[in-house]
Amino acid sequence: MFDKILIANRGEIACRVIKSARKMGIKTVAVYSDADKNALHVQMADEALHIGASPAAQSYIVIDKIMEAIRQTGAQAVHPGYGFLSENMKFAEALEAEGVAFIGPPSGAIEAMGDKITSKKLAAEAGVSTVPGYMGLIEDADEAVKISREIGYPVMIKASAGGGGKGMRIAWNDEEAREGFQSSKNEAASSFGDDRIFIEKFVTQPRHIEIQVLADKHGNCVYLHERECSIQRRNQKVIEEAPSPFLDPETRRAMGEQAVALAKAVDYCSAGTVEFIVDGDKNFYFLEMNTRLQVEHPVTELITGIDLVEQMIRVADGETLPFAQDDLKINGWAMESRLYAEDPYRNFLPSIGRLTRYRPPVEGKTERGGIVRNDTGVYEGGEISMFYDPMIAKLCTWAPTREAAIEEMRLALDTFEVEGIGHNLPFLSAVMDHSRFVSGAITTAFIAEEYPDGFQGAVLDDELLRRVAAATAAMNRVAEIRRTRISGTLGNHERRVGEDWVVTLQGAEFRVHVGADKAGATIRFEDGQELRVTSDWTPGQSLARLEVGGAPLVLKVGKIPMGFRIRVRGADLKVHVRTPRQAELAKLMPEKLPPDTSKFLLCPMPGLIVKINVAEGEEVQEGQALCTVEAMKMENILRAEKRAIVSKINAEPGASLKVDDIIMEFE
Amino acid sequence: MKDILLELENRRAEARMGGGQRRIDAQHKKGKLTARERIDLLLDEGSFEEFDMFVAHRCTEFGMQAERPAGDGVVTGWGTINGRMVYVFSQDFTVFGGSLSETHAQKIAKIMDMAMQNGAPVIGLNDSGGARIQEGVASLAGYADVFQRNIMASGVIPQISVIMGPCAGGAVYSPAMTDFIFMVQDSSYMFVTGPDVVKTVTNEIVTAEQLGGASTHTKKSSVADGAYENDVEALAEVRRLVDFLPLSNREKAPVRPFFDDPARVEDSLDTLIPENPNQPYDMKELIVKIADEGDFFEIQRDFAGNIITGFVRIEGQTVGVVANQPMVLAGCLDIDSSRKAARFVRFCDAFEIPILTLVDVPGFLPGTGQEYGGVIKHGAKLLFAYGEATVPKVTVITRKAYGGAYDVMSSKHLRGDFNYAWPTAEIAVMGAKGAVEILYRSELGDPEKIAQRTADYEDRFANPFVAAEKGFIDEVIQPRSTRRRVARAFAALRSKKLSNPWKKHDNIPL
Repeated sequence: MFDKILIANRGEIACRVIKSARKMGIKTVAVYSDADKNALHVQMADEALHIGASPAAQSYIVIDKIMEAIRQTGAQAVHPGYGFLSENMKFAEALEAEGVAFIGPPSGAIEAMGDKITSKKLAAEAGVSTVPGYMGLIEDADEAVKISREIGYPVMIKASAGGGGKGMRIAWNDEEAREGFQSSKNEAASSFGDDRIFIEKFVTQPRHIEIQVLADKHGNCVYLHERECSIQRRNQKVIEEAPSPFLDPETRRAMGEQAVALAKAVDYCSAGTVEFIVDGDKNFYFLEMNTRLQVEHPVTELITGIDLVEQMIRVADGETLPFAQDDLKINGWAMESRLYAEDPYRNFLPSIGRLTRYRPPVEGKTERGGIVRNDTGVYEGGEISMFYDPMIAKLCTWAPTREAAIEEMRLALDTFEVEGIGHNLPFLSAVMDHSRFVSGAITTAFIAEEYPDGFQGAVLDDELLRRVAAATAAMNRVAEIRRTRISGTLGNHERRVGEDWVVTLQGAEFRVHVGADKAGATIRFEDGQELRVTSDWTPGQSLARLEVGGAPLVLKVGKIPMGFRIRVRGADLKVHVRTPRQAELAKLMPEKLPPDTSKFLLCPMPGLIVKINVAEGEEVQEGQALCTVEAMKMENILRAEKRAIVSKINAEPGASLKVDDIIMEFE
Repeated sequence: MKDILLELENRRAEARMGGGQRRIDAQHKKGKLTARERIDLLLDEGSFEEFDMFVAHRCTEFGMQAERPAGDGVVTGWGTINGRMVYVFSQDFTVFGGSLSETHAQKIAKIMDMAMQNGAPVIGLNDSGGARIQEGVASLAGYADVFQRNIMASGVIPQISVIMGPCAGGAVYSPAMTDFIFMVQDSSYMFVTGPDVVKTVTNEIVTAEQLGGASTHTKKSSVADGAYENDVEALAEVRRLVDFLPLSNREKAPVRPFFDDPARVEDSLDTLIPENPNQPYDMKELIVKIADEGDFFEIQRDFAGNIITGFVRIEGQTVGVVANQPMVLAGCLDIDSSRKAARFVRFCDAFEIPILTLVDVPGFLPGTGQEYGGVIKHGAKLLFAYGEATVPKVTVITRKAYGGAYDVMSSKHLRGDFNYAWPTAEIAVMGAKGAVEILYRSELGDPEKIAQRTADYEDRFANPFVAAEKGFIDEVIQPRSTRRRVARAFAALRSKKLSNPWKKHDNIPL
């Protein structure tokens, strides 16, 4: 076995590889750029080498710098992680030339699968199901109809040079095929100056399901079942799970066997992933093969119990796979949520800055028998930089069933504390509670269909609202009693905390009676419902772990006048807990609506105005650049969301603005 | 006998109705609560004891004798906030527009006298159209009687004003002399002369909100210390503030049970100071990570953001915090920030509240605007305030402590008790670049030499150790253990005794 390996990557995946290597007794070498000087992977590795400036193009993907680091440290093998150099054939070749093991597939396999057309051809030859289509030149509409019939409706008619939906038509019958061909051709000619058209099967209700394969250098190859990655936002995977709630054993076996056939066809070794698109009738078609470790590999590890990184290292060292296909069973269900530094309330705008608080849930076995795993490359007080992928962590849960794995994920997300930057935790929570997601009836269009206008926070149902109301009423009692324990009170005339309270949240009002005893509190609602609340929460704790009505509830707690800011299950609530008299008077207060900001361009981040591109009175078009804000040395161009006339400009170049400062106003 | 008892209840009921249902409804329509409703929210439930409920005015001019409502436009008395005694007056806008008469003023004066005698804060809820014009000079005399008491009470008992409606003309000077002023957004304003007079005299057209609304006074004039969305929120926050304050200068600041480990280690503070010395960071993160339970009551949040002032608790005990904020104007001292912090330091010193000072200051803001505005004297206020303060003073220098501003910010030389520095501290007369340009003027043409000189200067002075060698820094501490070190420092200072020489009073550069 190797004594020392180098990890040519950063962030969570570098940390992930280091963990497996350490477990195997292998020393690790980390490489880092300027921005990653204090990164977690640098702290975790046995050795760390600086390899260049912050942009990846000047550090992590410069082959010469990695080769130099290998020479300096005497590493015998390199794990490339994902991204960066992981699918770079030249890098694999450079390592081969140097006699250093590449913990990945041979360069030939990388090359073969790296090209979309070649890979598709190879897949078809290996007997892998590919999307039926006609790649040749189509002469006229008659030929288009003929080809469409052969493929079988519905079909997609696409411009070869197309993109962004332009020159694209879906046809369900001959007539539409004829029409679609003509209009696509015209559009393609005018948009791209290239009127070549091709036709392929249109996949309805598409799901993204991929097969994990693992092969050694001795001709053994197995599949470790599938992962479903249909929850995507603009082709970026957000939530993955294994197994897929959609596949039956026959389809799974068929897909697995085809994936293995393809791997064998290219003399594959190491871990790889064959991606398929699966339609509503369980027809599956090859998309591409990723010749590296996938981001979402932990869900496969959780249901198979196999450490993929360890196996990759062993395979690279020439070992034979210690298991055969029949040994690989699916055990339980695993979910993965990708925590991104993207603000869901600001249309998922990347957010950078300091993690003032970062407290992931405790990893390992949960009280309910589930498992929590968190793959991360950051720490509290660390910086999310603009130079790399905005992923902060991959939170995984495992449980015997899908339902239980989802429940574990809900609690884990509620427990995960991240402050200082915008992040998508609330969005992930909302998806976990979404009935369509829970039902498993998902497609790659899930996010686009269910959140067409973006994400504004989850709306809690009545049952959960009551549980939150009960929890906060009990917590408020603890806080109020502590307030009365202040020094300097008037002896014998201390304040007595009452038992009747009014909780308002999300527009609902609950009048409750709080009956407290040593162990907790029983909250009685007006309709007679009682909820027992127990917790070890004390005032000031930002996370409250409670049991409400016999079930766990985890709240993120902040302070507001007469109540709490509560974040739970994707909702961000102002919860007021008041005495009946306070509540009566609070009702007399006018509701102050937040100002209408649609007529303003607000500064999305603290920064410096570098340039104002428009003038007062100017009409701007949708997408037109309005101004440039520099934040953290990064120039962000702010664009018009819709056509408008600039009525007033409030900031000059050089001005330093805060979040939500008004840069300009529109008519 | 029963009839007599009933008579009392009838009279009370009538007094509680103030100016009658119609005016109460009008008050509610403006989004404002009545004087009594406000007291209900301010004080512990059922704790209010009223004085002078039946006081009526004695004016006979302009037919005033025809209407003599019980209470005369102000509700006064005492009650408790979380069990601690406070005195309160609440002006009733439904009675003669809350205007101040001779008797109205007498009611206020009475509870102020009692508050002084018994050692408890006075909280004034202001909602008044101004002087009762019908009473003429008697009304003005009433104001002055209140002013005189405000002055005498200053530094003896905490005085808090909440502006919950109009407060104009002479009326503004009573709140102006209290310790804290809070305002309610959109429904309160304060000015010496109103928009009509402004227009007549200066031709300036301005709305009452622009002239003296909550936004104006919290952001521009700094007259107010905070603004809240509505009456309910404002009163809840006053309760929260009172929990930080001692009842009088005869008592220590209150202590409350706390649920936070005084030795809590915050590893993230080790990375608070950015690698790049010119990059700002948020000093508030340090404040909340030092404070018990992350609880921070900020004073004047919206004014002079380059300095932060407010209250926290450490081991349950109130501590006043003054901190430079690198996020605004690089945290420099200027006229506004010096004034803001000086007033806060003097409040803390007057009421025996220990002071924690967090320092990252590049110096004083240069420029004609500052010099013409008298930054010399305004900056001196903060220097003076720190120097005269005898309360426990703990200082932590996180990064820059340059020049005169280093001296000002509760330095060892101003009787600082515990002066700590982080390893990232740079205590020097000025930054390396500026120093080298002065020291090596003749070499300025040679960038290589200058770069070397700059590096040498940084090596020598861009650290806390030169100051530590001289004993100006008591100890260089790890950022992550700041809470523990600060908590232990204040614990060690619990019985600090220090007094200034006798004087009638000092002559702070006002």
